[in-house]
Amino acid sequence: MSALEMLKDKIREALPSLEFVIGWEQGFDALHATPFFMRTAEDVEKLVFGPLCVHNLSTYLPSFRGRKVGIVLKGCDSRGAIELMQEKLVERENVVIFGLPCSGVADLAKLGRFAGDLDRVLAVTWDDETFVLTTPAGEVRVPREAALADKCLTCQFPNALEADHFAGEPLPPATGPDMGSDRGGEELAALEAMAPADLMAYWAEAMERCIRCYACRNACPMCVCRDHCIAHRRDLQWLGQDDTPREKLMFQLIHTLHLAGRCTECGECQRACPVGIPILALRRKMNRVIRELFDYQAGLDLQAVPPLFTFQVEEANIEERKW
Amino acid sequence: MSAAAYLPAPRLGEWLKELSGRYLVLAPQARGDTVVFAPFTGDAEPVLDRDAAMPPKQAVFPATEELLRYRRVKDPEDPGKVDVEVSASLRAVETVVFGAKPCGARGFLAYDRVFRSPAISDPYYAARRAKTLFITMACAAPGNSCFCHWVGSGPSDSSGSDILLTPVADGFVVQAVNERGEELMNSPLLEPAGTREAKAREIQDAAAKALPAAPDISRAKDSLMAVFEDLAFWEEVSAKCISCGACTYLCPTCYCFDIGDEDKGMSGRRLRTWDNCMSFRFTLEASGHNPRPTKAHRLRNRVGHKFSYYPALHGGAVACCGCGRCVRLCPVSVDIREIVLAAIARAARVREESAHD
Repeated sequence: MSALEMLKDKIREALPSLEFVIGWEQGFDALHATPFFMRTAEDVEKLVFGPLCVHNLSTYLPSFRGRKVGIVLKGCDSRGAIELMQEKLVERENVVIFGLPCSGVADLAKLGRFAGDLDRVLAVTWDDETFVLTTPAGEVRVPREAALADKCLTCQFPNALEADHFAGEPLPPATGPDMGSDRGGEELAALEAMAPADLMAYWAEAMERCIRCYACRNACPMCVCRDHCIAHRRDLQWLGQDDTPREKLMFQLIHTLHLAGRCTECGECQRACPVGIPILALRRKMNRVIRELFDYQAGLDLQAVPPLFTFQVEEANIEERKW
Repeated sequence: MSAAAYLPAPRLGEWLKELSGRYLVLAPQARGDTVVFAPFTGDAEPVLDRDAAMPPKQAVFPATEELLRYRRVKDPEDPGKVDVEVSASLRAVETVVFGAKPCGARGFLAYDRVFRSPAISDPYYAARRAKTLFITMACAAPGNSCFCHWVGSGPSDSSGSDILLTPVADGFVVQAVNERGEELMNSPLLEPAGTREAKAREIQDAAAKALPAAPDISRAKDSLMAVFEDLAFWEEVSAKCISCGACTYLCPTCYCFDIGDEDKGMSGRRLRTWDNCMSFRFTLEASGHNPRPTKAHRLRNRVGHKFSYYPALHGGAVACCGCGRCVRLCPVSVDIREIVLAAIARAARVREESAHD
């Protein structure tokens, strides 16, 4: 029995005691899966799982506090759920987790570099080495390495870290040149090498096209202020209404700081951006700092306390007495 | 109407440069992996093989626009008395939007009925609109998220354009849609189209035929009202929505705005910015009451506005141009087409059930 069929069986069994189980179904075209709330056994038939199931479904969990729900989680997505539970924003006992091994998800922006207009892609297939997109101009073959999201190329946690039911054979963690404290790779190295003025110019150019839709915020599982976000406050204006890169970057920096020690680098912020702004780099930078200072990665351990949720008189890696 | 002209593809850059001498030319240009409308400088070729992520909304309805500046002036004789000096800010420059799809330009007809109606004219919008011309590019091959034909349009609908281009082999057939467009065609770079005009029509027809049959959505207006109170329905169809505002900001027909003052000491500016019905603050009342407190209410507003409330006010015109951006670029692929059809089906079922009662 395939992992997907096992998963479906487990969900069907559990459904009677749950309001719904969140998974994925096929979306409006071949390239898009879409989050799916399964309420009946017939719904479960439509469940899909594969490299197009890009969404981190743990984003939905905080809105169902106190309700008994199920959720399908890949390894990286399970970190979002765990972090939310660590922060007491989601009750572990109310969530039934259907864990999966995941061998990587596609980055549609990357596929677009090969296929041109993704809106004309008629069909998609994949195997262990290649994604094949059928377009009106013919087949476009994309090597798997070039199609997968960056996070998948160096994935440390391919299997859901917390699960009530696990479907399929657990996968070994990926290894790559970009592991450990150097996570962030070439993109981050290039940004870190820039002089401050050049870095500001880089972000000003990137933020120019931001439309302030806040998809980055709403797709982020850890962005839990929701209706109280400072971006919309007018009684005390943290952000001005001016449509300038400066105001837009200000929001990104506040977002990044609110994620310090909480961000699991799932990449939803950047994936959700409709105009492709490379904002994940800001979170990666913050994560690197958190690892250096606190030797901590978010969302790995239900019992752990995130570093900014606690206080130590003497931090091991912050040598303030020597300043 | 003047006869169609032909522009050889290699001359496109020259034509845009020529237009740039008289107008601010906004053309679709690559920015990273995305395409946005930006002032044409001649440094880069416009991107015409796919639709821009953002429609050219900024030309007629900027994300932020300064409406006025004010200054408080104290009476030197009586400091308790403060006068306010106000000066209106209205900056509209002659603009040509080049290379939008016909749907993107037609979308702004929805704005016109609101901002430039015989009853009320918004001077800021009206000034920009009057100074903006659209040279659009007919669709030769519609995309997966396109549904212009659902809303009474088509891949070469010229109703929002001043000039319609059709890509033919090695160039473009250039057709003026109105007198304003005709004036733009006084360029020595344009040649007579000759037999290419018939070729362009073939391409337009083929694109229209390439679209799958459109369902009948004529009942959408009444159906959406019929399911207005059916919150279970709205909760179901909005379950996966993450309530960001991407769909509204990317939409060529969404025009809701917010007005606020930005004060600095004794002076300040009154700004109008895009608002969006996916945000909690949208219609949040001063009392703290919010008539649209959940994402289900908010999504109901978006779909209802486009396919029901707006048509009810504007002679049946739908406030959706079918460009598909809200579907294509939604982080979770919420599909407005599905919701409209589901509402029609739900309303039909309720009607049937009540007929049997």
